[in-house]
Amino acid sequence: MIKLLTYLKGYKKECILAPLFKLLEASFELIVPLIIAAIIDYGITPEALSPDKPFIYRMCLCLALLGIVGLMCAVIAQYFAAKAAVGFSKELKSSLFRKIQSLSFTEFDTLGNSTMITRMTSDVNQLQNAVNLTLRLFLRAPVIVFGAMIMAFTVDAKAAVTFVIIIPLLSFVVFGIMYLTVPLYKKVQEHLDRLLGITRENLSGARVIRAFGREDSETERFNGANDRLSVMQRVVGRISALTNPLTFLLINAAIIVLIYIGAINVQAGDLTQGEVIALYNYMSQILVELIKLANLIVTVTKGLASGKRISGVMELSSSLDDNGTSVPTGGADVVFDNVTLTYKNAGSPSLFAINLHASDGETIGIIGGTGSGKSSVVNLIPRFYEATEGAVIIGGKNVKEYPVETLRKMIGIVPQYARLFKGTVRDNLKMGNENATDEELVTALKDAQAWDFISAKPGILDYEIEQAGRNLSGGQKQRLTIARALVRRPKILILDDSASALDYATDAALRRSISRLEYRPTTFIVSQRASSVLGADRVLVLEDGESVGFDTPAKLLESCEVYREIYYCQFPDEKKEEVSGI
Amino acid sequence: MKKKSKVSKGTVKKIFRYIKGYRMLLAASLLMGALSVALSLFIPLLIGNAIDCITTPGNVDIDKIVRILIIGVISVAIAALSQWVMNIINNKITYNVIRDIRRDAFEKIEILPLSYVDTHPTGETVSRVISDVDQFADGLLMGFSQFFTGVLTILGTLVFMLTISPSITVAVVVLTPISLFVAAFIAKNTHAMFMLRAKTNAEQTAFIDEAITGQKVIAAFSAQDKKQDEFEEINVQLADCSLKAIFFSALINPSTRFVNSLVYATVALIGALSVIGFDGGLGVVFSGITVGNLTTLLSYANQYTKPFNEISGVVTELQNSLACAERIFALIEEKPEIPDPENAFVMETPSGDVTLSDVSFSYDPARPLIQHLSLDVQSGKKIAIVGPTGCGKTTLINLIMRFYDVCDGSIKMSFTDKSGYKVNEDIRNITRKSMRAAYGMVLQDTWLKYGTIRENILIGKPDATDEEMIAAAKAAHSHSFIRRLPNGYDTVIGEDGGSLSQGQKQLLSITRVMLCLPPMLILDEATSSIDTRTEQKIQSAFAELMRGRTSFIVAHRLSTIRESDTILVMKDGNVIEMGTHEELLAKNGFYAKLSAAGQMNSDIDT
Repeated sequence: MIKLLTYLKGYKKECILAPLFKLLEASFELIVPLIIAAIIDYGITPEALSPDKPFIYRMCLCLALLGIVGLMCAVIAQYFAAKAAVGFSKELKSSLFRKIQSLSFTEFDTLGNSTMITRMTSDVNQLQNAVNLTLRLFLRAPVIVFGAMIMAFTVDAKAAVTFVIIIPLLSFVVFGIMYLTVPLYKKVQEHLDRLLGITRENLSGARVIRAFGREDSETERFNGANDRLSVMQRVVGRISALTNPLTFLLINAAIIVLIYIGAINVQAGDLTQGEVIALYNYMSQILVELIKLANLIVTVTKGLASGKRISGVMELSSSLDDNGTSVPTGGADVVFDNVTLTYKNAGSPSLFAINLHASDGETIGIIGGTGSGKSSVVNLIPRFYEATEGAVIIGGKNVKEYPVETLRKMIGIVPQYARLFKGTVRDNLKMGNENATDEELVTALKDAQAWDFISAKPGILDYEIEQAGRNLSGGQKQRLTIARALVRRPKILILDDSASALDYATDAALRRSISRLEYRPTTFIVSQRASSVLGADRVLVLEDGESVGFDTPAKLLESCEVYREIYYCQFPDEKKEEVSGI
Repeated sequence: MKKKSKVSKGTVKKIFRYIKGYRMLLAASLLMGALSVALSLFIPLLIGNAIDCITTPGNVDIDKIVRILIIGVISVAIAALSQWVMNIINNKITYNVIRDIRRDAFEKIEILPLSYVDTHPTGETVSRVISDVDQFADGLLMGFSQFFTGVLTILGTLVFMLTISPSITVAVVVLTPISLFVAAFIAKNTHAMFMLRAKTNAEQTAFIDEAITGQKVIAAFSAQDKKQDEFEEINVQLADCSLKAIFFSALINPSTRFVNSLVYATVALIGALSVIGFDGGLGVVFSGITVGNLTTLLSYANQYTKPFNEISGVVTELQNSLACAERIFALIEEKPEIPDPENAFVMETPSGDVTLSDVSFSYDPARPLIQHLSLDVQSGKKIAIVGPTGCGKTTLINLIMRFYDVCDGSIKMSFTDKSGYKVNEDIRNITRKSMRAAYGMVLQDTWLKYGTIRENILIGKPDATDEEMIAAAKAAHSHSFIRRLPNGYDTVIGEDGGSLSQGQKQLLSITRVMLCLPPMLILDEATSSIDTRTEQKIQSAFAELMRGRTSFIVAHRLSTIRESDTILVMKDGNVIEMGTHEELLAKNGFYAKLSAAGQMNSDIDT
């Protein structure tokens, strides 16, 4: 939590100047009761017993001047406070974004998208408000409170004891309420996460929800979460609502005590009327200040709760250690040595003792049923997940020995779900390689069988893709994601069932062009279609996370029962021939 | 600028519409506010009186002071109590109002036309429902807790002041409007800045949404730096307009405080002169108050200025929250789907006949898509739809399910009405809910919600028993993988299916349909991510399911298409060929060409 303050580092000047000018402003305000006391004791009832009008004029002019100086200080303070707060949230967001980007897939799976989105938006905003107000006003309060106490001592030490008693009591109330409410505000934000999640789901799943006529029950679900949020907010609100009345009560009690003590002391000749008024004015100043503070406390408390949530993310360290220093030395052969993978929080391993060897430039097919672990195998190559046991070896070195970025730069992966980003076709493709020329982009598009439709789009490479690629069909998106991977001329190419929306002809053309790539990447083709892996040098057959065959397609057809089944599912005619042949 | 403030006025009216339901609470809050304000103004008066008793050594009237202070104690206690009650009521109103607003916003989301959902970034709409409402709540709460009491304090102070010294009151009344004027001036000029900030903020949220959902791809391409740069760009923009909005609105507070210190100085001057008696000539005469009165007046001047600060602070906050409210109301007032007509039929027993007559449709009037499509589907028939991408397959399904309304022509479904007559009615005259309930739909893009596997399967039939659910899961071949999950059917899956594979998600979508056994089916590439072997097993379950049920199938596997009763070959929004597999092959047209390529849903763009 405290660590978050480092994001103010670039704004040291602002962070010092803002409270400093606030402090100046506050100090000027503390002089006011002294002036008033002087007016009463020396202007109205001076020693000579005749009113001193010029003195009153001078003093009132002083009050006005203090106002002007105060205004200037305040404006300067506001500016620096705003600058620091905005700068703080800018830096914080920037580094939070970087942090989120650096998280490994494991953390991503555990956290979920909604909470990360609220933390980056709503929580950071809350914290920004809190920082702004803290710099502007929160620091002002102690200055006024303690300043008033010190000034009270200069007026009369005995009466000032009231201040010494009341200030700890006030702090107890203020901080006690904060202490109680911070965890509750954190809960409020958690409820808000739920609400955000439901809203998102209902937008992304609008078709399914309507198709099943579930609008009412979804609304009920939302209302339930909404009501829970509302109840929680009211509970916290009820506690926060105590701050103001309690401070009001305490300070007015103190004023009453002060007047009583003052009366006795004046009676005894230890104090003057003007001094009692000054003491009273100081107490009132504390009251005014604390009432302002009470209104801020909610903001600051919310900010603290948000801050905790943000540091929760900041403190996550990627479970992926990136200590490798090896430089790839040419070869792109991939070896799986007895690899077992158990996902975090999963009951049983998803991959069990997988062995695999792909020589440089070979094409490896991976085939198996839904949920058999095909994607898990390829996800281990770029270290999206870490092998629980065994080792994944590329170019003779364990993948852990390479820096993550170097490792991933060797690999072009086409994920199962074709995800594109808002921006031009060029922007999207350049994700693969920032330095690619237009010519190279076109080549990649052609190799990915995407040139035909892209060249027909207005602007071609400048064609704007909408958020999440909504203005393209599934097959078009898939081919663009393939092109994106090819743009980097990867040493290892992974196609994770990335041709599912393509027709057989396009799929075949795609595989043909990939096999003809001049840079000959080691290629992994994950598929459910036997036809897609027919051209592979070897095929890994998976069933329930275990390898049940790793051989050439032809040999597998003879030796591997599971492969045979998959194969004849797709080519039933051959089976008949075979049967009739016998 | 003028136009903007008009919008704000409309927004304020809308906010009041929400508050209206809490009239009684509002009245109670005002009452409590008035009580606490009156008492907190009464206290300085008491203190002033007490101070007047504290004169010179030996002349202090302690007894009178004690009497005054006892009244003071009682007033303080009641004032604090009423303040607390007021705060609680204000909390209640605020949180109820925003709960109501969120509810309305969400209800609107459920009835928004799909075209809205399809064309607006999710993150932006989410930002309206979540962060805009939140910021609005902050403003509203401040408005309640500080605006009313602020106004009451100002009025109350004037009244109390008037009883002590009319001349000082006049001076104060003359000076303070400057403060209001300054506040209003700044507020007016910052509204546009806050609108810009809210807009930029929404853009950033949309960007964050996309980046977070696509994080895995970004990581795979080590494109973090590039995304970071893009993010930085928006971030800097947002920081710029935030700084402007925050700083300029923050000027209100010091400016009004300056005016207030002038007021304070004036009260001190005139007050002091009044105590000693002053004749400035020209009829200007100050006199007749005590030192205690002066103390009370100065205390009032302080209390009096406080609400101005608060009100101006509230004004800033309100600017921001009005900007947010405007965006929320824009969503709430978004045109919904055309509601079901009042006398709409509730279709309970669809016969399964669907007729499309002369249907034309396009998403964008400039680019016509489906034109004059007519089609007669008889009950129990299997209709396969094939054709290249963009030919209108998915659009056709959008129309049949009434996700979009036809632009021209009509789609009719026949069913038996309550009196047992067979009716053939335009789907626009049937309630959407009963019409859609006739279909079981599995799409290529699966959708799962945060919750248990069980909750996700039971979507179509919430009251199904465990046996029914498991039977459906077995038929859809999802049972075996579900069983292997850590908590079986009670495993909580994250948003959008969490770590399940595409294929597993699709199996779950199929399980849903298998469970509710609807009279008609729509399968849009329903098995595209499922392996061939499992698919074949599912196909046999589907075949069972399709028996006697009208089915629309978009598929690319030849076997599925071959078995259909009618194959629609679509191209450029039109059905160019129609018939059975054999008939179409014999025709030797487009279908024959696709068939020869071994692929029905050719994704080759034409």
